Amino acid sequence: MSSSAAAHPAHENQLSFVRQYIFSLDHKVIGKQYLFLGMFMALAGGLLAYLLRWQLAWPESAVPGMSWIPEPTMFQGIIPPEFYNAIVTMHGTIMVFFVAMPILLGAFGNFLVPLMVGAPDMAFPRLNMMSFWTIFTAAMIMLASFFVPGGAASAGWTGYPPLSADAVYTGVNWGITLWILGLALEFASFLMGGINFLTTVVSMRAPGLKMMRLPLMVWMQIVAAVIFMLSVGPLIAGAVLLLLDRTVGTSFYAVQKGGDPLLWQHLFWFFGHPEVYVVLLPGIGAVLEVLPVFSRKPIFGYKAIVYSTIAAGFLSFIVWAHHMFVSGMDFDLVMPFSITTILISVPFTIILLAMIATLWKGAIRLATPMLFALGTLMVFIVGGLTGIFLGSASADIYLHDTYFVVAHFHYTLISAVFFGGFTAMYYWFPKMFGRLMNETWGKIHFALTLVCFNLVFIPLFKAGLGGEMRRLYNPFEYDFLKPHQGLHQFATIAAILLMIAQLPFLVNFFWSMFKGKVADRNPWQANTLEWAAPSPPPHGNFDTAPSVYHGPYVYSAPERKEDWQPQHQPH
Amino acid sequence: MFDWFPQNISTFGGDIDSVFWLIFYIVGAGFILGEAVIIYCAIRYRRKAGRRAAFITGEKMSELAWVMVPAAIVLILDFGIEFAGGEAWSKVKGETPASDIKVIVTGKQFNWNFTYPGPDGTFGTDDDLLLENELHVPVRKVVDITIKSEDVLHSFFVPVMRLKQDAIPGRSIPAWFEATATGQYEIGCAELCGYGHYTMRGFLFVHTAEDYAKWIQERWPPAAPSADSTNVVQL
Amino acid sequence: MSTVAATENYSDNVMPIGKMGIWWFLASEIMVFGGLIGSYILYRLASAGAWAEMAHHVSTTIGAINTVVLLTSSLTMVLAHAAVEDENRQRAKLYLGLTVLGGILFLIFKAVEYTTEISHGFTPLAGTFWSFYFTMTGLHGLHVIGGIIANLALFVMAARGTLWPNTQKRVEYCGLYWHFVDVVWIFLFPLLYLSY
Repeated sequence: MSSSAAAHPAHENQLSFVRQYIFSLDHKVIGKQYLFLGMFMALAGGLLAYLLRWQLAWPESAVPGMSWIPEPTMFQGIIPPEFYNAIVTMHGTIMVFFVAMPILLGAFGNFLVPLMVGAPDMAFPRLNMMSFWTIFTAAMIMLASFFVPGGAASAGWTGYPPLSADAVYTGVNWGITLWILGLALEFASFLMGGINFLTTVVSMRAPGLKMMRLPLMVWMQIVAAVIFMLSVGPLIAGAVLLLLDRTVGTSFYAVQKGGDPLLWQHLFWFFGHPEVYVVLLPGIGAVLEVLPVFSRKPIFGYKAIVYSTIAAGFLSFIVWAHHMFVSGMDFDLVMPFSITTILISVPFTIILLAMIATLWKGAIRLATPMLFALGTLMVFIVGGLTGIFLGSASADIYLHDTYFVVAHFHYTLISAVFFGGFTAMYYWFPKMFGRLMNETWGKIHFALTLVCFNLVFIPLFKAGLGGEMRRLYNPFEYDFLKPHQGLHQFATIAAILLMIAQLPFLVNFFWSMFKGKVADRNPWQANTLEWAAPSPPPHGNFDTAPSVYHGPYVYSAPERKEDWQPQHQPH
Repeated sequence: MFDWFPQNISTFGGDIDSVFWLIFYIVGAGFILGEAVIIYCAIRYRRKAGRRAAFITGEKMSELAWVMVPAAIVLILDFGIEFAGGEAWSKVKGETPASDIKVIVTGKQFNWNFTYPGPDGTFGTDDDLLLENELHVPVRKVVDITIKSEDVLHSFFVPVMRLKQDAIPGRSIPAWFEATATGQYEIGCAELCGYGHYTMRGFLFVHTAEDYAKWIQERWPPAAPSADSTNVVQL
Repeated sequence: MSTVAATENYSDNVMPIGKMGIWWFLASEIMVFGGLIGSYILYRLASAGAWAEMAHHVSTTIGAINTVVLLTSSLTMVLAHAAVEDENRQRAKLYLGLTVLGGILFLIFKAVEYTTEISHGFTPLAGTFWSFYFTMTGLHGLHVIGGIIANLALFVMAARGTLWPNTQKRVEYCGLYWHFVDVVWIFLFPLLYLSY
């Protein structure tokens, strides 16, 4: 028996509504709070996507349904260039920092890490609550920044100075200051979260749960937490400098008085590239959990996957300058960074092939979580492979800051966040809410999402190869880009369909939460510890503290009659 | 094979394009192989009554080879791509070949300014010629450009040249190109520089040697040291 | 798969969770100051002459005194920890109080220094060196203030006797943080005061 598990008496009944659902200390409730915050912010980010897609397809025409947005933000539904830049900036910021991170790390990390390591809760429940309310505040600041005079930040989600450092260049004063503040709070929130995840995994594992018996989702979460903690510091320092440049009038990034705008790019991308893996790894982690369960096979090469992940995490710290090949940085540094960048393909090849090898000779059941897991793989392959073009310094001269880049990172991030996130959602929904989601609607949702997603972004690859630059308010000012309008109209219609394709999910999600088929503890016959707890688990998680006897992926072992063997079950 | 790129009229554009195509074929093969295996497995190994999944942990070296050997192949291909790409990179971004046509490109919100040294061949003198959004060069000559910025970051992008270089305030960044065909082409800005980013559009005029001489005669200030005229041509 | 019997309880094998949390926190703090110090060094290397001139105007004397003050307060912090482990209330109270005083003394000297500098026209806007100087020492000063507040809370608890038997571990955690603040200063002192 674990001594730590008895610490939490289940006394929900005595807790007031506020303590139970709002200022809750329960990691599962906090996880759900993150989930709903992420979904809400996804609506905001999606609305921005709709606006910018419309502008790109039919520039300077009224966006349908948007005439209610008052001047000077929009003019009877027409987007002015200033607001377009704010849309682009905030779409990126919201989607990466307030959708991807809260859902993949905040929601699933919080919900799953203690359950998967057999702990009654996080190591620091109060810190956990504080980290949620910090990101909640940050999200509100971000949304509020649309309503201040001058509007929201418009210097790109990368916020390159001098554009971001002085209001004279953008006309946006408070917007960018709030943007920096919101990001700083977001970073603080995930630093607290990361400390919690790491401490929980290191010191609160159930008896017998060695590091090399951890479910891969937990590995991905802690590698992501370590990467985040070690990469965000310099950007926090950089953000302080930027804030001082804006408010006090220092000149860290202003060249007239001895500053250097390139410093920000180095600090930003020192964080920015690892950040991609912070978002990517938990999505991959969800897929790694789902593949063995629905193939009824052990994951292929558990150790190889763990070591490759750590190697990729390490490499991610020495590749940042590949975002800066044409920035005017030192010529001699370019090829070393190009080589490290392309080397990242090796650990990811190992991870991907291990995932594919898991399918080989399996007994595959194509339930909705499995479909999304396969979708993640299929989409991520495109994202990873197109990265090779951008990692090659010479090809990047032409492709840098074109729509090719836009399409590439949407293929990587959407594979992780969208497909990986839905994999996790459909798979762990019964554990989170105690009910099963509807399979038929799930499959319809998957098919529509996969098709529409590709229809949105394949045209953008072509636009990028045609030389179309990013972040142009009206690309068709350029003669050589006029032929691209058809591509953009196609992508916009597909994007609208992609958004409509999310309706089956939303309906399914809320309907199943209250009316879905009641799930037992282990509806998928999976091995990992979270399935040993009741669905949904009470405060304190396990009715008897589990002990672990073997690795998480013993499926179809020849000596057993059943094709699965839960981690907490002795031989 | 595919007509995806704009026309190429620079001496090094072909090198960049061939690096792209090299990667394209390698990556394309990987793409088809990867997707095909996933779809094959998903169909071939569907769950059927009576058939049990194989117990393969992939921890044995003989099994792991299925992953490690392809990873080693990827590593070799990576280095191949880097060697091919490295050459193209140093050609485009390395030492500028000797040239007597020198232009300073200055980005500012929201214009490209092109400064010619004038008849005396030196910048910063009275007879400099400043053009807004117009770059005139002769065909088949190396053009030595220096990229600067007055305010924020910009990126000097000439799609037909496959040339892109950020402009940073406080720095003078060298670049060069040599055009292989005459005509009029567009120059763009590839780095978000404010609300007028999309209007920051210039033109590149590639002339024959004779036309270029004629253009100099018509537009450049006279060689004699002129009085205190500013010589800025507004267009 | 091996089926080792579940005899080990991992939570007993590693350090207390509070201590581990502090270490992870300090790791991320190191990266914040590391980013700032790294940027400073890069700028310093890029511009030699002007910076050396500006760096001449900081008061090395006050900087050196403050180094001694902070190091001493680190020592009293260690002694406070020892006293708390011994459950010696009087000594714990004394040394926690001295640590707080050390922090306050450091801030007083810092304030004197800031005032002199600003009165001579060396404001944060007087040049990049001064911008860095005020940002780095300012951020460090905020950490000192944070440490003072934490130690003051412990002091009050020690005086009331509520530190024992459950919360005395916090003295060790605050001590780790306080040493970190000290170490940051050990880096800042040569970089800012002796770099001309």
